[in-house]
Amino acid sequence: MRGTLFETDKFPPPPLCKRGEKGTRWAITAPPTLFLLAFFLAPALIVVLASFQYPGEFGGLAPLLDAGDGREHGLTLENYQFFFSDFLFTEILLRSFLVAAASTLICLLLAYPVAWLIAKSPRQHRDFLVLLVILPFASNFLIRVYAWMIILGPQAALARLLNGVLGAFGLEPVSLLFSPFAVLVGMVYVHLPFMILPLYTNLEKHDPVLLDAAQDLGANAWQRFWRVTWPLSLPGVFSGSALVFIPVLGMFAIPDILGGTRDMLIGNLIKDQFLGVRDWPFGATLSIVLTLCVLSLAGLAAWAGRRRRGEQ
Amino acid sequence: MRKLPLWLKLAAGATFAFLYVPLLVVVAYSFNDSRLNAEWVGFTFAWYRVLFNDAEMLLAARNSLFIALVASTCATILGTLAGLAIHRYRPRWLPLLVITPVAMPEILLGVSLLVFFIQVLHLTLGLLSVVLAHITFSIGFVAIIVRARLAGMDESIFEAARDLGASPWQTFRLVTFPLILPAVVAGFLMSFTLSIDDFVITFFTAGVGVSTLPLQIYSMIKIAVTPEVNAVSTLLMLLTLVLVVVASRLDKGFMKGGE
Repeated sequence: MRGTLFETDKFPPPPLCKRGEKGTRWAITAPPTLFLLAFFLAPALIVVLASFQYPGEFGGLAPLLDAGDGREHGLTLENYQFFFSDFLFTEILLRSFLVAAASTLICLLLAYPVAWLIAKSPRQHRDFLVLLVILPFASNFLIRVYAWMIILGPQAALARLLNGVLGAFGLEPVSLLFSPFAVLVGMVYVHLPFMILPLYTNLEKHDPVLLDAAQDLGANAWQRFWRVTWPLSLPGVFSGSALVFIPVLGMFAIPDILGGTRDMLIGNLIKDQFLGVRDWPFGATLSIVLTLCVLSLAGLAAWAGRRRRGEQ
Repeated sequence: MRKLPLWLKLAAGATFAFLYVPLLVVVAYSFNDSRLNAEWVGFTFAWYRVLFNDAEMLLAARNSLFIALVASTCATILGTLAGLAIHRYRPRWLPLLVITPVAMPEILLGVSLLVFFIQVLHLTLGLLSVVLAHITFSIGFVAIIVRARLAGMDESIFEAARDLGASPWQTFRLVTFPLILPAVVAGFLMSFTLSIDDFVITFFTAGVGVSTLPLQIYSMIKIAVTPEVNAVSTLLMLLTLVLVVVASRLDKGFMKGGE
């Protein structure tokens, strides 16, 4: 996904001019580079450091150097040991992976027909249909989550209907809101456009001649999809999946609003360490664990992409 | 052209309904004459009146606008420079530096900036910290949009300008900038929308001193839901709707950032 952003070029870059070019280059490159070094890279490195520090007495971090007052200082592996000491934390991480995997799969199932429909629509309708996908995604994230709070709420029509049916069979009423189901619905709803758009961009490029050829060779509709379209769409599937999986993995707001107390994910745990119990070093450790998970996923996706390209 | 099977059209239609019905529910209940978001009782503007008399909400809206204006202006300048730099000089690390804040889960940028602002800069969290955080995540989007525009342009026009004796600055001012302007404006609108909508990163970098619209909506959702939330949501949706439609008109490559 990162590769395609900066690799494909219609035209080669201009030859570098000699005269005065160095100063221009510096003036263009330095401001964004310095800003991001200061406000992205430096904070990221501070979090790495913080994950090896002791917690401060009133939240924050304990000093690195001995202040001579007998308090804890310096570096420690305790935070990482603490993470592995209680299976609860691993369980929350695994649950986050499970929710991310389920959300990705559901998004894929919902997105494929839409992406396909847009790609096969007459050219003059496509831009409008793409805009229709983007518009709900442009409205505020919290509003989209809140909408499901209304729809799944105990007094709303859906819950009353469901519990009416359950009641008729003599079953206990259930709560739709504040449940794993609500969390999954919210995750899918918020991230669906991220799956549709890359899938569409991929499907749009397929040559319809390939499907005709497959048909002439006697392939039925299912075979044409499974043997031709699906393998060709895999790059789109991979980038869409990454764009859904990664944000879901770190999400705290959706479980916070739509989930119950037992639906905590790694994002909620991190949030609590920083803003609730104020154990920053452990929060930093959890952030590093999450970062490593994301980086290994991105690495895996890049490796799979390279392997596929190697095959073709 | 091959005809699409009916079940496919139905499935796609159902997904579009899934995308839009929840938002329409929010809009509809903002006009509902009831404290509960459960049943349609009657039409009213009462929740909009409540909204425009809510001093906290108005202050939050003012903060949101101020933050979005300052952050997206700075991000547009820095992001345009980044897009130009990546296109012309192929720096090795800048693309990674620009994209990673956008590609990582938002919470990671939020907590790292929280620790950095407090522990290293000893900054009191407030407007400044939120603006800096918003610039950080917006630069990438502007850079991608500007870079995509540059990549689609024929280099010979820049060569022609040089051959006709234009200095690098003249080439930029008279040729490059007018050509990338739609992308720059689209980038500005995009970062404005992102800033005014951001919840996660603002949540960590705002501290207790400053509230924005999303933070205000969040606390209302968590503490006491009234249809006032629907009213403010409806207005906010209207605003972003206009911004996105304008941005997508301006620049075709606008939404390609997700690829």
